[in-house]
Amino acid sequence: MSRLHNTLRRLAAAAPAILALPLSAQTIFIDDATVHTLLQPGPMESADILIVDGVISAVDYGLEIPPDAQLIEAEGRPVTPGLFAGISSIGLEEVGLEASTVDDKLMFEEKPVADKLRPEFNVALAFNPDSTVVPITRIEGYSWTLLGAQRAGSIIGGQGRPAMLGGSYTSLIGDPVLFFDVGADAVDQSGGSRAAQWMLLSQALDEAGSAIEWTPYPLLTPAGRKALELFSGEASTAVTVFHVHRASDILQALAFAAEHELKPVISGASEAWKVADQLARAGVPVLLDPLINLPYDFDQIGARLDAAALLHEAGVTIGFINAGEATHNARALRYGAGVAVAHGLPWDAALAALTINPARMFGVDHHTGTIEAHQRANIVIWSGDPLEATSAADQVIINGRLDPMVSRQTLLRDRYFAPEGELPRAYEKP
Amino acid sequence: MTAIRLKLCASAFALCNGMAFAAEPYASTYQPIPAPPTLIEDAIILTGTGERLEGASILFDGGRIVAVGAGVTEALAERQQVEVIDAAGRWVTPGLIDVHSHLGVYPSPSVGAHSDGNEATDPATPRVWAEHSLWPQDPGFPRALAGGVTTLQVLPGSANLFGGRTVTVKNVPSTSYQGMKFPGAPQGLKMACGENPKRVYGKDRMVAPSTRMGNVAGYREQWAKTQKYIRDWAEYEAAVEEGDEDAKRPERDLGLDTLAAVLEGEILVHMHCYRADEMLLILDLAQEFGYSVSAFHHGVETYKIAAELADAGVCAAIWSDWWGFKLEAYDGIQENIALTDRPDGSCAIVHSDSSQLIQRLNVEAAKAMTRGRRLGLDIPAERAIRWITANPARSLGILEETGTLEPGKMADVVIWNRDPFSVYALADRVWIDGAAVHDRHDPALQPVTDFELGQQLEVSP
Repeated sequence: MSRLHNTLRRLAAAAPAILALPLSAQTIFIDDATVHTLLQPGPMESADILIVDGVISAVDYGLEIPPDAQLIEAEGRPVTPGLFAGISSIGLEEVGLEASTVDDKLMFEEKPVADKLRPEFNVALAFNPDSTVVPITRIEGYSWTLLGAQRAGSIIGGQGRPAMLGGSYTSLIGDPVLFFDVGADAVDQSGGSRAAQWMLLSQALDEAGSAIEWTPYPLLTPAGRKALELFSGEASTAVTVFHVHRASDILQALAFAAEHELKPVISGASEAWKVADQLARAGVPVLLDPLINLPYDFDQIGARLDAAALLHEAGVTIGFINAGEATHNARALRYGAGVAVAHGLPWDAALAALTINPARMFGVDHHTGTIEAHQRANIVIWSGDPLEATSAADQVIINGRLDPMVSRQTLLRDRYFAPEGELPRAYEKP
Repeated sequence: MTAIRLKLCASAFALCNGMAFAAEPYASTYQPIPAPPTLIEDAIILTGTGERLEGASILFDGGRIVAVGAGVTEALAERQQVEVIDAAGRWVTPGLIDVHSHLGVYPSPSVGAHSDGNEATDPATPRVWAEHSLWPQDPGFPRALAGGVTTLQVLPGSANLFGGRTVTVKNVPSTSYQGMKFPGAPQGLKMACGENPKRVYGKDRMVAPSTRMGNVAGYREQWAKTQKYIRDWAEYEAAVEEGDEDAKRPERDLGLDTLAAVLEGEILVHMHCYRADEMLLILDLAQEFGYSVSAFHHGVETYKIAAELADAGVCAAIWSDWWGFKLEAYDGIQENIALTDRPDGSCAIVHSDSSQLIQRLNVEAAKAMTRGRRLGLDIPAERAIRWITANPARSLGILEETGTLEPGKMADVVIWNRDPFSVYALADRVWIDGAAVHDRHDPALQPVTDFELGQQLEVSP
């Protein structure tokens, strides 16, 4: 054993309180909660949750409180899985307009269209768990996000990945997710016509597969071929997100995904309600912003506030995302879910669209999305209805740890909430 | 006498110039829709004056509020054929007011042809008027109406130090913007601090400003010109008065007309400004040139200077939780509204700057109220409602006419299906000047813009 390790062992012996109790080894007991398990048969009233070593060890009525447990008296408050913060650039973007702090898009100044198609670009490599946005989002009840990839003006955004918001350097979970962007947004980069987007995507997928051995004008780099190949084919489980709004384009996406054996999720989806039956039949889930009800462009003429309700009613699995302010105000997503409820979506379906549904879509439901024994303990205790504007997260548990519920914003708040002292506020360090 | 004439000249230079303008150019042609006297019974009423009335009634007639709570029975006895609405279990508030909107000037769909909000060709464009860009067919107007918004201020964008004149409109469907224009509301002047002007101009175009100090120099130059403009006209008027037939009439300058009207107190300053230090700097600038700021807009840091703003009588029009999209928005906190509201004499406003948020100002206010309460501040609903009614009315100079439910005021009224401080709340019915203009359950009272008409025809599957 190295000298360093010996030193550490001696330190551990001398100061067991610090070193012998890694934070993940907490035992936490939540007493008397209304537990939204996101499983059948539904919420459990006056139930208890026991968390040991980062994992939920039991959810039941009348559990015994272990002597070493940190006790949280929920007093009937709602408890949910940590919420999904949508597709975001949390940890990839500190200040929107400051390019030196933004890593969520590829912006080489390449001219030929071909050079813009870089499926091998993966934003997850830039994820910074120390970003202030991480705790600012987490303490509002959000456990994870899907890091989204954008290629400025390209129909292939690149790859993203689900990330936990625990602030750890090992936050990435699940498999990479591929992003396509079709419709009006990317028309400039596809020769002026959205029809050409399918032409280019087809060629790219053919290059990635075996259909084309060699072409004089390839769209993809060799690395791009390798990357794209992982997402197509019957055996592939990796998900491709199609960002698309117009109903007719959504149907094209379904046909394209079937032809190329992709596993699609439709995102954006302002007009998805118009083709809800086709989506339901194809078993393709939809991510949408429940607040979009204006024709922001000609692809979204049909946007409406009851879109989530209509999709759910048709049997489509839905998840929620923020279309605007998706990173810094990812925390506002739950209010949108509440608005969807006001416009006809059942409450339980709205909560599922923030928890278990997106977790299943991206294959991370063994990390988050339910409250059950053996699940990772990503849990939120709410002051009231978690979708309500007058509620807030009282206590977040992330990876089985009690969150200190502190962010740069709470510190700013406390600094200026305090009565003015004799010294300037810079000396007030809450 | 000179002073009076100077004021006249400054407020309506057209008169001094002998031009054929009306006292109010591009005058409002808004006419309230005729409506029967209406009684709303048995509601929980948030009056906007800080009061909450339980099981109370409100009566309006002829477009104006006749009585609220006490006095309704008496006033009712004098009237016949009153429409009576049972609001048991429901809530009534003043029509909501958004002090910061770009509806009509950045309308939906936001295609290139609709980009009419920033005259970003010159950092000082006090000569332009937002109303001259306003497209009344923006689908955002009826959406905001469904959210209970009865009055809004439409502003130019923030690319310029001086963005141009704002317009306050009633949220009524109309073929022209004049048909929406709030009768008698003062115009505003949109000004901008900070990052936007120096980013839009600056190094890329080699046009000042490229720095914050360039911004301030830009404001000061214009105000100094304005002072000279006012002086030149005063001297000219005095010379004419003394019978000097050779007196040379100064040339009319549309931008300086606007700025002169600000210095004369006729036009209210609405200033886009995020940072606390910049807002305090702007208060000094205003003092230097003798005007006042009506409201700082987007002040994500107003919580740092709440007392100073209250002392200066300046309103703070802010979001509940937006932050971080640029560096000057980095210090935003969710308690901003509650902390800004705390001092005596404060004027906190929840604003939208968004075609989405304007549809749910009540939810934004609920979020802000909740953050304040979680800090232990006592913020009842009857206080928080002022952030989206009376306070914006004050900052727009229309509090005498709307923003609260008091006898004599415009009958701009909303019935909510439940406590409006809830994410689930929906406006059941909205009245503007006593006329029902939106009803959630009655398609006949749901306006559809020309743009949206026929866009959603049934297709075969």
